Amino acid sequence: MKRNAFPLVMLLLVLIFLYLPIVVLTANSFNLSRFGGAWEGFTLKWYAQLLDDRQVWSAFANSLLIATGATLASCLLGTTAALALHRWNSRLQLFHYGLIYTPLVIPEILMGISLLLTFTAVGMDCGLHTILLAHTTFCVSYVTMTVLARLQDFDDSLLEAARDLGAGAWVSFIKVQFPILLPGIISGGLLAFTLSIDDFVITFFVAGPGSSTLPLKVYSMIKHSPKLPVINCLSTVMLALTFALVLASRAFQNLKQPKSLTKGALS
Amino acid sequence: MSAPSIFWLTLFFVVPTMLVVAISFHAAAPDGGIGKEWTLHTWRSISNPNYPAIIWRTLWISAATTVGCVILALPCAFAIARMDKKWRAFMAGLIMLPFWTSFVVRVFAWRLLLHPEGFVKHLLLAMRLTQPDTQLLYNSGAILLVSIYSFLPFAIMPIYAAAEKFDFSLLEAARDLGARSFLAFRKVFLPGIRRGVISAILMVFIPSVGSYVIPDLVGGKNSELIGNKIYQRTFPDRNLPHASALSALMAFAVLIPLALVAAALKRQDRKEALRLADGNPVKQRGGAA
Repeated sequence: MKRNAFPLVMLLLVLIFLYLPIVVLTANSFNLSRFGGAWEGFTLKWYAQLLDDRQVWSAFANSLLIATGATLASCLLGTTAALALHRWNSRLQLFHYGLIYTPLVIPEILMGISLLLTFTAVGMDCGLHTILLAHTTFCVSYVTMTVLARLQDFDDSLLEAARDLGAGAWVSFIKVQFPILLPGIISGGLLAFTLSIDDFVITFFVAGPGSSTLPLKVYSMIKHSPKLPVINCLSTVMLALTFALVLASRAFQNLKQPKSLTKGALS
Repeated sequence: MSAPSIFWLTLFFVVPTMLVVAISFHAAAPDGGIGKEWTLHTWRSISNPNYPAIIWRTLWISAATTVGCVILALPCAFAIARMDKKWRAFMAGLIMLPFWTSFVVRVFAWRLLLHPEGFVKHLLLAMRLTQPDTQLLYNSGAILLVSIYSFLPFAIMPIYAAAEKFDFSLLEAARDLGARSFLAFRKVFLPGIRRGVISAILMVFIPSVGSYVIPDLVGGKNSELIGNKIYQRTFPDRNLPHASALSALMAFAVLIPLALVAAALKRQDRKEALRLADGNPVKQRGGAA
């Protein structure tokens, strides 16, 4: 039967639509022209200007620090949450799942303002520490969902086998379940790191004066700086960073669970 | 074992959300703080002539974004679902990749494209589709375009997930019975992936209502949305009760459709379960049931 070509053509157009801005942005970071309307020649001078900007470096350092902290904290919270959700099927876990799921769907600005109000109410000054708390909060949901997906493929009889062979709950978790879950945890952690590095709205609300991150720096440059091409360079660097992190995360997510080996060993 | 995450999310999600609602029932103190007494004053001032226009604009731009995204997503999801397994995973990754990149950077990219000296302007001028003095940026149209761009992956993914499970031989059967492609698509495919479409609508509508960066960077003075107002009330004006009331309003605008859809799906599940229990799954009111 003849297939209609229309959906395929639409898909192609949509892919162009999705990637055109990114491609034009990247190309323009190497363009001599200031506004990028036309190609005036290849240059790296905007990148040189970017590397000379000390505020960019300090924002980058802040972003790395916060992303690392938020990743570690959310991996710990998210993994325990996923294990609990997977093991029990109670009313408490239904509530727990709601707690994990809702932050994924509500608009970011609501989380931003509610956290700002909370920090203000308890008299906390905003700064890197409040950004860290906020980022950990929204990262937990993503890590939990990723680890939960990995747990769905986990063969629970492996744990029973470990117990039968005399391992306690802790030992069987560390020696059996944890190594199999690890790629899922790393994958979730990389996503958390990516989200933290790229978050703007929530950070914007809970950042104090002087605690800039990369997205905040890009935003203030867009608003105030006349150096359009330098913003292109910084944006391109951030895009490249994100692409690398997402590809790494997918690679870990797709690592096969060692089924053949364990099945063979157990039967 | 669930204790740490429940504790953390209660502290940094549930309590803050309740705080927002509570603060909206106080008045602003002159020093930028929050008044002590409970009052409806803040909620009454929300009916000030400025706000309804902004709320209305937010809702129509969000609705238009949702319609645009779903219309574009349907053929894409259909095309991906018909590919080989290997291509499907690759395409889904390709669609989702932009979502992970920085939101500010993506919106900035559009600011660059729509700039008076930018790529799109040059292209449109070359095709004689626009006048040299037309402003492409800083209006509701720009917000709509960039919103569709930003939220399109949220529409494609759930529809694709539903289309992947769809039995495409049903379409062939419909065509064998004489239905034209579009009719078969509308009467057989659309009802089959209904749930994917419903989640796509929610996944696009909710972030559109909450949008701040897009109207701030590509919208103008006359195209402000609720998100811009929340920011203005929080920082330049330092009127936290007002910001809280607007946030509470936004929360209702997204939670009500969410709750309605959840309830409707649950009712339908129960009906379908009953029908199966009757042992009479054939008794259906056509595809629209």
